[in-house]
Amino acid sequence: MNLLSPIKDHHSERRLFIGRVILASVISTILLGLVIARLVQLQVFDHELFAQKSQGNRVRIEAVPPIRGLIFDRKGRVLAENVPAYQLELIPEQVNDIEDTLQRLAAISLIEADAIPRFLELSRRGQQFKPVTLKFSMTDEEIANFAIQRPRFPGVDFQPRLVRHYPYGELFAHAVGYVGALNTNDMQRLDSARYAGSSHTGKTGVESSFENELHGFAGYRHLITNARGRQVPADSSELLDSLPIDATPEPGNNIYLSIDLDLQRVAFEALGERRGAVVAIDPASGEVLALVSRPSFDPNLFAVGMSATQFGELQNNLDRPLFNRAVRGSYPPGSTIKPPLALAALETGATNLTRKSACIGYFQLPGDEHRYRDWKPQGHGPVDLHDAIAQSCDVYFYELSRDLGIDNMHEYLTRFGLGNATGIDLIGERPGLVPSREWKQNNFHGDNRRWYHGETVIASIGQGFMLATPLQLASMTGTLATRGSRMQPHLVAAIEDPLSSARRMISPKSLGNVGIGNEFYWDNVLEAMHDVLQGPRGTARAIGVGAPYTMAGKSGTAQVVSIAQDEEYDEEELEERLRDHALFISFAPFDDPRIAVAVIVENGSSGSSVAAPVAKAVMDQYLGYGNASTE
Amino acid sequence: MLRLSETHRMLSPRSAPVSSFSSLVRRLNIDGPLLGGVLLISAFGLFVLYSASGESSRLLINQSIRLGVALVAMLIVAQLPPDFLRRWTPWAYLIGLILLVLVLTKGAVGQGARRWLDIGIRFQPSEAMKLAVPMMTAWFLHDRQIPPKLGHLGIIAILIVVPTFLIASQPDLGTSLLIAASGIIVIILAGMSFRLMMALGVLAVPGAFGLWHFMQDYQRQRVLTLLNPDSDPLGAGYNIIQSKIAIGSGGLFGKGWTNGSQAHLEFLPERHTDFIFAVLGEEFGLFGVLGLLVLYMFVIGRGLFIAVQAHDTYSRLLAGSISLTFLVYVFVNTAMVTGLVPVVGVPLPLVSFGGTSMVTLMAGFGILMSIHSHRKLLPH
Repeated sequence: MNLLSPIKDHHSERRLFIGRVILASVISTILLGLVIARLVQLQVFDHELFAQKSQGNRVRIEAVPPIRGLIFDRKGRVLAENVPAYQLELIPEQVNDIEDTLQRLAAISLIEADAIPRFLELSRRGQQFKPVTLKFSMTDEEIANFAIQRPRFPGVDFQPRLVRHYPYGELFAHAVGYVGALNTNDMQRLDSARYAGSSHTGKTGVESSFENELHGFAGYRHLITNARGRQVPADSSELLDSLPIDATPEPGNNIYLSIDLDLQRVAFEALGERRGAVVAIDPASGEVLALVSRPSFDPNLFAVGMSATQFGELQNNLDRPLFNRAVRGSYPPGSTIKPPLALAALETGATNLTRKSACIGYFQLPGDEHRYRDWKPQGHGPVDLHDAIAQSCDVYFYELSRDLGIDNMHEYLTRFGLGNATGIDLIGERPGLVPSREWKQNNFHGDNRRWYHGETVIASIGQGFMLATPLQLASMTGTLATRGSRMQPHLVAAIEDPLSSARRMISPKSLGNVGIGNEFYWDNVLEAMHDVLQGPRGTARAIGVGAPYTMAGKSGTAQVVSIAQDEEYDEEELEERLRDHALFISFAPFDDPRIAVAVIVENGSSGSSVAAPVAKAVMDQYLGYGNASTE
Repeated sequence: MLRLSETHRMLSPRSAPVSSFSSLVRRLNIDGPLLGGVLLISAFGLFVLYSASGESSRLLINQSIRLGVALVAMLIVAQLPPDFLRRWTPWAYLIGLILLVLVLTKGAVGQGARRWLDIGIRFQPSEAMKLAVPMMTAWFLHDRQIPPKLGHLGIIAILIVVPTFLIASQPDLGTSLLIAASGIIVIILAGMSFRLMMALGVLAVPGAFGLWHFMQDYQRQRVLTLLNPDSDPLGAGYNIIQSKIAIGSGGLFGKGWTNGSQAHLEFLPERHTDFIFAVLGEEFGLFGVLGLLVLYMFVIGRGLFIAVQAHDTYSRLLAGSISLTFLVYVFVNTAMVTGLVPVVGVPLPLVSFGGTSMVTLMAGFGILMSIHSHRKLLPH
C-alpha cells in the first residue's frame, strides 16, 4: 500500500457497498421467492391432497421394540429370559396435572416419591402421546390395588410388556450381568432409531459386552388414528400408500455361554458366605466354565427397577456385592506365582534341579539387617526346587530371586499373562500389575524411583507391588496345565440367530506360547505342583489325598497390605479384614488337564485349608465326582 | 450517554420537537420503523405460539417475559454509540473466544453437547459470538483498504474459522454455520472480488464431492446425522411428512386460529419451537404466511437501508451483516419446515419459543438503531 494514501476513498467505498447491498437484496429475494414458490406448491396446488390427509385419518408411527436375545449356559439352560409382566404407564397428553397424579401414586406407594422429578422430566420431554413407564414390573398385589383406584388416575394404566428375568438370580449376577433402564447417557451413546421403543440396555456382564448381539433392531408400524386420536384398523386407509411400509423388528441373537450351570452353582455354594471369587477355565480352549464373585446380588432388581434406598444399600454395602471380584478384584497373588517363577529360573539358568537352600525360617540380604521371613518360623531345612514348590518354601525363592532378578521375573510373568488384561469378553476387566524397573521409574518420585533389592525379594513370593485378578490366575493355571500354550479366556461359546437357528461358534483364540521349550523343566515343576495336593509333604495334601483322580495345584497366602484411610471398620471387623487372603490354583486331571481353577477367599487366612477345598469341589463336580464330595 | 444524544438532537437539522412521543423515541435512539416491524412480528408470533403450545398461557407469559427482557437489551444497546462499540469489539471477541474454550472444558452438558456455562444463570457463549464475529470482521476492515486485499482476507478467515470450529466441536453445527455465514457476509459486503468468490466456490464444490466420495459409509452416515440428528423413519422423516401435511392442508386462508388439527392433535413435533412455521401455515394459510414474510422483508429492508445510510465502514458492514444474517435465519427455518433443506435446528426468529436467541436478535436490532441514530454529520 502506498504510505502516502492511507486515507480511504469514502465515496467509492460507499458506491461499492451499495452495489453489494443491491446484489444481496436480489439474492435474498430469490431465496424467499423459492420458499414462497414452495408454499404455493404445498398450499395451492397440492392443497387437496394434504387437506385430505389431515382431514380424514391420520398416521402415527410407532416403534416396535425387538425381543432381546436369550442367554443360555453351555447345556442350553436359560440364564436370562424375557417374561411377561405388567408395567405401570402414564400417557402425558391424557393427564391434566402430571405432578399431582405422580404425588397421589406415590401416596399409595405405587412409585417412589423421590423418583417424581425424573418422571416429570421424562413426561415433559418425549412426544406427548408416548407412554412413560413408571414401574417396570407390578406385583399381583399392586395390580389389584391399582385396579380399584384406576378411575382416580385418568391417563395412568398398566400394560403387559416383556421384562428381563434372571431365573438363577444372584448366581450369575457377575457373569451374565443385568439390563437396566435406559438413562440419558445411554440415549446419547446408542443409536436412537435402533433403540426407539426400547426401555432397557445391558449394563454389566455379558448383557453389556454383547449388547450389540442381544438387542436386535427396532421395527415400526403405522397407526392410523381418527380425528379424536383413537386407533382405527390400518387397512381402511388409502394414506398408507404415501408412506414407507411397516418394518417388523429384528429380534436379538441368542447367546450360549461356556459356563456350566451346575459347576457355577457348586462354585457359588463352595465359597459360601465368604467374600471371594472362583474362576474355572477349560485350559485347552480358554472357555470359562464358572465365574463367581461373592457376595452377589439379585440382578432382577436392576431389570425391574428398585428404589433409591435399595440401590443405596447395594452401593454402600461394605462387602461391595456389586463389585465383580473375578475380573476386577486385584490381589497380591502370593505363592501361586512360584510355579511360573520356577520355570523362569530353570529356563534362564538362575537355578537348577539339584540346587538346595538351607531354609532356616528367614532370609537376609548381604549387609542388611532385615529378615525376610518364611511362613514356617522354624524353617523347612534343606530344600530343592521340588520341595520349595510342594512345601511352599519362601526362603528358596528369596535366594533364587537374587539370581533371577526383577527383569527376568517381569519378563516371564508377563509371558504367563500377568500384568495385562486377558481380553476376556467382559467389560471392565482389570490388568493387575507386574512391577518392573521401568514401571517404578514412571510411577514414583525422587529416591523411590529406583528399584531396591528388597523389592525383588518380596516380588518372588507374589507380594509387594504385584497384583493379579482371579481370572488372570485361572488363565495362568491353564497355561501351566497346557505346558505353555496360552488361550484367551472367553465366556461366550456361540451366538445363535433365533429365526434361522443358525449358530456361529466362537473359536478359541491362541495368545501364543510362553516359550519354555524344555519338557524336562515342565515335568519337574508340574510334578511338584502335583505333590502340593497328592505328595507326602504337600501344603494341601489334606485336600488331595484319596481323590479318585490326579491333580496339581499351588496354595498362596497374601498379606493384606493396608486398609484405605477413609473406610471405617469396627474393631471386630477390622481384625477380620486384616487377615491374609487365601488363594489356590489347581488343574486336573494331572495327565490330561480338562479344568483349571483359581480361587480367592478374602481374609481367608490360609490358601491350602480355606481356598483349596473350594477348588476341589469345583474339580470334583466337573470331572463327575460331584455328589461324593459335596455330601 | 443521554447528554451525547442531546447534542445530536441539537445538531440535527430536524431537531424541532414534533410531538413529545416522537421526541422521546428520538431521544432514546430508537428507530421507529424498525421497532414497529419487530413488534409486529413478535405480536404475530405470540398469537401463533399460543395456539401452537396448546393454548398454554404459561408458555405465553414465559415468552412475553423473554420478549420484554430482549427489548430492554435492545434499548440499552441502542444507547451505545458505534464508535464505543467499535473500540470494545476486539475485547468482546477475545472474551467470547475465552468463554468458548471454557465451555468446551468446563461447560454444562445437555442433550449430548456442551453449550452452556453455568454462572448463576445458564449462559450460552455461542450466542454472544453471533454478534461478536461480524463485529470483529467489520472492526478489522474498518481502517483497512476496501475491497480487502488477499492477505487481509486470510486474517479474516482465521477470525471467522476459530470460533466456528470451537462451536462446531461443542457440537453445535447449526449455530457454527450461521456464525460463519455472518462473518462471510461482511467480507462479501466489503467487496471481495467476484473472481475470488467464484474461485473459492469452484474449489469448494468438487472438494466437497471428492471428500464425500472417499468417505466410508459410516462416515457419510455421521455427516448425515450431524446435519440431520434423527434421520430415520421414527424421527425427521416423520417431522417433514407431518409439517408438509400441516402447511399444505392450510390452503389459501388457513383453518383459523387454534383450529389446526395437525398441531392440536400433536402430530406435529417441535411445534412451538423449530416447526412453529408449520402451525402458522396450517392455521393462517398462504396469506398469513406471506404476511409474516412481508414483515420479515420489511425489517431486513429497513436494516439494509440503515446500512447504506451509515457513515463509516464499521457501521456499514456490521449493519449489513446483522440484517442479512437475519434473512439467513428466516430462510433456513422456512426452507427446512417446508422440506427444501435438511433439518438443522434453527428457530424461526422472534416467533419460535425459547429465549436464548431472542436477546441476541434484539441486541442486534439495538446495534442497527444505534448506528442509525448516531450518524455523524459528515459532509456528503
